[in-house]
Amino acid sequence: MPDIRVSQAHLQPELATRTEKSSTEPGAEEPSTIRRFLLSRGNSAAADRAFHLLMVFCALSIFAIVGLIAWRLVVSSQITWNKFGFHFFYQTFTDTVTHQPMYWDPVNGLFSAVPFIYGTLVSSFLALLIAVPLAIGLAVFLTEMCPRPLRGPLAFLTELLAAIPSVIYGLWAVFVLVPLLREYVNPALMRTLGWTGLFDDSMNPTGLGFLAGGMILAIMILPIISSLTREVMTAVPHAQREAVLALGATRWEMVRVGVLRNARIGIVGGVILGLGRALGETMAVTMVIGNTPEIHKSLLANGSSMAAVIANEFTEAVSDMHRSALIEIGLALFIVTIIVNAFAQLLMWAVTRGAPSQVH
Amino acid sequence: MSADRYRLRFHIRSLTDNLVTVLAVLATLIVVAPLAAIFGYLIYKGASSLNLAFFVQIPKPEGEPGGGMANAIVGSGVLLGLASLIGIPLGIGGGIFLAEFGRGTKLANAVRFTADVLNGVPSIVMGLAVYSLVVSVHSSWIPFSGHFSAFSGGVALGIMMIPTVCRTTEEMLLMVPHAVREAALGLGVPNWRSVLSITLKTASPGIITGCMLAFARVAGETAPLLFTALGNSFMNANLNEPIDALPLRIYNYAISPYDDQHRLAWGGALVLIALIVLAVSLVRYVTSRGVLKGAS
Repeated sequence: MPDIRVSQAHLQPELATRTEKSSTEPGAEEPSTIRRFLLSRGNSAAADRAFHLLMVFCALSIFAIVGLIAWRLVVSSQITWNKFGFHFFYQTFTDTVTHQPMYWDPVNGLFSAVPFIYGTLVSSFLALLIAVPLAIGLAVFLTEMCPRPLRGPLAFLTELLAAIPSVIYGLWAVFVLVPLLREYVNPALMRTLGWTGLFDDSMNPTGLGFLAGGMILAIMILPIISSLTREVMTAVPHAQREAVLALGATRWEMVRVGVLRNARIGIVGGVILGLGRALGETMAVTMVIGNTPEIHKSLLANGSSMAAVIANEFTEAVSDMHRSALIEIGLALFIVTIIVNAFAQLLMWAVTRGAPSQVH
Repeated sequence: MSADRYRLRFHIRSLTDNLVTVLAVLATLIVVAPLAAIFGYLIYKGASSLNLAFFVQIPKPEGEPGGGMANAIVGSGVLLGLASLIGIPLGIGGGIFLAEFGRGTKLANAVRFTADVLNGVPSIVMGLAVYSLVVSVHSSWIPFSGHFSAFSGGVALGIMMIPTVCRTTEEMLLMVPHAVREAALGLGVPNWRSVLSITLKTASPGIITGCMLAFARVAGETAPLLFTALGNSFMNANLNEPIDALPLRIYNYAISPYDDQHRLAWGGALVLIALIVLAVSLVRYVTSRGVLKGAS
């Protein structure tokens, strides 16, 4: 009880002096409504600076992430790099018993990226060979020939093709595409084009292999190439088309001279972006390419690709060396895709910057 | 004589024209055919294997019939939630920087380029990087490090979301008219407040679109999870332990020799694709309503 009274006594004089003070200077300390509102909001300059810094931090985190990825990949692949150096990417070994060339033997510590580079290149170029004509045909149809009501749904369908996950393409390929190749396509190719040596399924009648990988990759990169081609084709000014038509050209001549010729750099950019996607594509290829580290001339033979060997062996790697070799393959893939994508971006920029972006 | 030549030439030209038209139509059909084949087969195979057990049971031991993917569905939810927590704020922040603060500066160009590079990094390489960044590092100051965990899987997916979210946010913010920003600043609203509650809010349908697209993309990613989240046959929601995900389970079942697991893989694929198509169609619906045309 006495305690409370004491504390009240302490408070009382302070309160009194404060009210006294404010009453002695009226108006001077009384802020306007707006000022009071702004003050109640806190110091906006400091808040602005903090917000700005936060956003810069977010932007810089993107740098940091790419930097961290590169740094960790380099550090983790040191063991292989120290042992083989650059030879890793072109050395071959010989099997001591059979005298056959040999590339990848994790148990005996022999590592070479050659068969995987070969597999990646072959499957990607096969994919481009199939996908590019189809993608350009689709783009020409959608931008120049398609009746208007069909255009939206068709564009949506191709967009949907891009949204299907890689693993579902792989699932479909394993149960539909590969049996189809095994039963009908591969024997037919063998009969008609077997003499070239490119289509020889005698060693591998499973239907898996480079051709299956290339075909599923083609389906996967089609939407990207086609939508980018469409983009650059719509960026070609309408006056170009009208001028060519006014000279008496047929529709195809108009497309060829007026549109494709103007959009060619952009189309090349789109194709290269598609290539970048194909090089790094993993799951679908892993499921159908056969996963044997060998090099064969035949497109129907089993093989492996850079991404596929990582996906397939990394969790079961037998040694630190094995793991490090796989990470080095990943690093090579990282560098190659960066170069390919940067090149494609430059091409695309060159086109879209030069032409007016909106035409219709 | 020369009139004949011209007539012949004209015939050749119109014939070429028709031929090219036929080829273009053919190309379109060839492109649409696999799509129809994939969807048709997916629905045919998947629908027959979907039942209640699929959604509430965890996988049975190999070779035993029955079982479901409840753990994979929960796992995908956990991973995608974590990925969104990491990817969406960082991506939107980066986008705000590009559109509002860094317009035309060298830093912004560099950030834009780096985001494009990050977008092009193969997903398997992302898995390797997160493996060597989180999983293989034995250190006490990095949480969840040193072993396969749901956390590392979420980090990998989150990083993959950043570039898409960042670039869409930037594009959408650039479409907001300048007058709106000036009106807000003219009322004495601090800049940060104007960005957050005026500009960002105006552009929000487009930004949500970008986030959904990024979400749909990483929802189907398998490769980055192979050596981060690893997979788990049991129900788990602990970030510190390996976790299952729908795409991982589909992959494991697709390459297994058991018919019953193939059946479950098709069911899982149908669920996954339904999720993704739903997200993409929603995006399409929102953007076609004219809120912000040209999105995505």
